[in-house]
Amino acid sequence: MFRLFPFLLLLSVQALADERTFWRQVREGVEGYSAVVGVETNKLIQASGTQWLYIRNELIAGTGAWVLALTVFALACFYLVRGKVRLSEPRSGEMIERWNKKERWLHFYTATLFIILAITGLSLLFGRSLIIDWLGHEVFASFAEFAKIIHNYTGPLFSVGLALMGLIWFEDNKFSQIDWLWFKQLGGFIGNKHPSAGRMNGGEKAWFWLLMTAGFLVTVTGLNLDFPNLEQYRLVMQISHIIHSVAALLLIVGALAHIYIGTIGTEGALEGMISGKVDKTWAKQHHDLWLKALEKKSSADNDGQQNTESISQKKAEIPLKK
Amino acid sequence: MARMKFICDDDRCIECNACITACKNEHEVPWGVNRRRVVTLNDGQAGETSISVACMHCSDAPCAQVCPVDCFYTTSDGVVLHDKDLCIGCGYCFYACPFGAPQFPQDGAFGNRGKMDKCTFCAGGPEEDFSEAEFEKYGRNRLAEGKLPICAEMCSTKALLAGDGDVIAKLFSQRAIQRQLNQEEPNNSAASPKLWGWKTAYKD
Repeated sequence: MFRLFPFLLLLSVQALADERTFWRQVREGVEGYSAVVGVETNKLIQASGTQWLYIRNELIAGTGAWVLALTVFALACFYLVRGKVRLSEPRSGEMIERWNKKERWLHFYTATLFIILAITGLSLLFGRSLIIDWLGHEVFASFAEFAKIIHNYTGPLFSVGLALMGLIWFEDNKFSQIDWLWFKQLGGFIGNKHPSAGRMNGGEKAWFWLLMTAGFLVTVTGLNLDFPNLEQYRLVMQISHIIHSVAALLLIVGALAHIYIGTIGTEGALEGMISGKVDKTWAKQHHDLWLKALEKKSSADNDGQQNTESISQKKAEIPLKK
Repeated sequence: MARMKFICDDDRCIECNACITACKNEHEVPWGVNRRRVVTLNDGQAGETSISVACMHCSDAPCAQVCPVDCFYTTSDGVVLHDKDLCIGCGYCFYACPFGAPQFPQDGAFGNRGKMDKCTFCAGGPEEDFSEAEFEKYGRNRLAEGKLPICAEMCSTKALLAGDGDVIAKLFSQRAIQRQLNQEEPNNSAASPKLWGWKTAYKD
């Protein structure tokens, strides 16, 4: 018995170690068999759940709130210090078309959906800590249920807007050397310099590409979250949710800056997007290269028109000669 | 105050799935929803282990922490319940839960989730005890009737234990001690013969 003792001890230690490995594997989400039909019903424990909970509650909601608050604060400070970027010369009264009707419709279609999605999405992320206290559980829950449905259904419509924007504004948003200089001069926001820009300046291009990349991520992950009936694993949903919220928060930060610059930040910017036309002075100040290209084109067109006119005149003359 | 808990004795569970059937029958749960399930690990191999799992009524429940509408609450018995009138069916509790307890009936097009349903420890919900609304939404309230959860009550091998955590933990530790005794001193007349487990049945 005593001779066997070390051996027995070893055996029981081995059994304990086996037991420990076994349960560790179970905790890590080892799969087994279950008679209950469904996705992942054969998994006793999913380890990623608590990690996702931490990332969502602490990192995304915690940091996200600060990032949004700081953005608003920074914009407010900027407005107080710098004020509105005004036209440096008086208006010329000559109006130039900057955005055609299709572009304006597309812009406001996507913008409206973006705002709806942002409000409903943020309500799900921050509503519990910010709104429940003064709305009460019942009222907030009925709002949140409505918000969830609106968010789920308007999401794909927003993505269609994004895709169309990508198609029609792709050419205008290719980066060039001029944009580098634009960024170097901080876009003329600080100081009174007016860096050169084509139809889109460096900032607009940066916003466009943020919209395209983050928008793409939001679309793909959002569609995934929209269809839980596709039997995705929970890990796929958790990763989708994380990417979706981070990309969406980036977009909201970008949109806050975009809305600021487009409305109270710059004189004459909003009227361009509403009426489609901007004053020549505004164009000269903010998009000088675009204006030059336009003038060149119109003079070329005028020449062309004269040419075609003269040709048609000639053509008209021919039958006269007969 | 009692703190309600489930313990599943993996040496005793024989994967008969009767706990699931009893639960479905007792609460008339909607189609496609299973409040409890049995998972078998190492199926068909030496050391096969089956465990019945449902909501574990965590003390600091992840579902309650993540819920955007704050619809979860813990009763004085330590049972984690939720209010279906508040639930918006976002699925976050399902992503956060380690045990896969929250279930969602499909509601409307595109797999839109309906109100979440999960094990209530047979304790009903926020509605009035024994009311029709309570039964319809949450199932029977056996705890209010002075009974324990049906799954554990009818478990034929008494693998699944439910009740006051202190009581069932004592029960389970007594079992564990007895088994260890049997293993170490199989010829001791005071210890009962070793009649359970894979090794006894199959000799590896």
